[in-house]
Amino acid sequence: MDDLESRLSRLTAPDLKPPVFPTADVAYTLHDTPIGTMLLAVANGRVVASSFGDEETMTNRLARAVSTRVLRQPRPLDDVRRQLDEYLAGRRHEFDLEVDLALATPFQRLVLTDLPTYTSYGRTTTYGELAGELHKPKAARAVGTALGGNPVCVVLPCHRVIGSSGALTGYAGGLDAKRFLLNLEAKS
Amino acid sequence: MAPDKTVSLPPFQALVDAHWRDVARLARALAGPVDGDDVAQRAWEKAFAAYSGLTSAKNLRSWLLTITARCATDLHRARRPQRPLDEAPAVAVDGPDAADWPDPDLWRAVNELPERQRFAITLKYVGDLDHHGVAAALDTTPAASRRLVSDALATLRTKLGVHHG
Repeated sequence: MDDLESRLSRLTAPDLKPPVFPTADVAYTLHDTPIGTMLLAVANGRVVASSFGDEETMTNRLARAVSTRVLRQPRPLDDVRRQLDEYLAGRRHEFDLEVDLALATPFQRLVLTDLPTYTSYGRTTTYGELAGELHKPKAARAVGTALGGNPVCVVLPCHRVIGSSGALTGYAGGLDAKRFLLNLEAKS
Repeated sequence: MAPDKTVSLPPFQALVDAHWRDVARLARALAGPVDGDDVAQRAWEKAFAAYSGLTSAKNLRSWLLTITARCATDLHRARRPQRPLDEAPAVAVDGPDAADWPDPDLWRAVNELPERQRFAITLKYVGDLDHHGVAAALDTTPAASRRLVSDALATLRTKLGVHHG
């Protein structure tokens, strides 16, 4: 590239404006909470993600499973954020949100869909007990794996399910987050 | 279930994050500081509307810059006063306002190029597109793009008194 060509390519324009868009098919935001940064996403007014997963991985999964028109737009998440904050402050015991398990496998859907009815605020159940509720008494391990991949964490309370020994076992947001949530529910 | 198994397009936000500055810069270079932002915004609206129907994930940057160039062309045509005959002046009246740019002498000279040459060198150097990309944006062939760019460079060298490097 000669001098003239490099002068042409060096054009700098100050104060560029980012584009604005109508509401996306999938709107998401990154929300800082006491248990870590969560990626929250809605599609058609339903929560499709409430996750500790990283932005690139999660938005790629959403693009494949729901729609490629995925945008970072905080406004459509206002209600989700508010309810989550209330819950995390101990002021809310149930979520008034519709959930869409587009990111879940068929077995995860089976395990997650009725989780709020098989568990209750402030109480824990075990993987084995939950497997029994689902009429799959031998599937405790598979149930654990399904819960571990919960795309709608906290809203679908997989944190209330623990090992039969009482060990917390695991959590997508880390064991500290699981302990925080269980302590919160025990106190509130 | 994925809507289409054959192509896996990235989430639209990834395109915005990776390319919005390039689109905005190209739009300013093609349409000037006043209209450039409108051109960029319109280009993004078009891209957003078309994205769900897109069948190839290749060259998304080039695809965005092509849409930007077309929006700039549309605006240019809409602004051009109606004339009974197509006697458009060689001087682009709505190009970048050279006085506000770094390197004003260069951009004043670019501004005076015929429209297709001005678009071609802007796409090539500000947009950093190859001749295939420039050709796609201008609805022409790579050979014609190469010619437009070399004619434009020759004119600029004469005007600015710079020698071939």
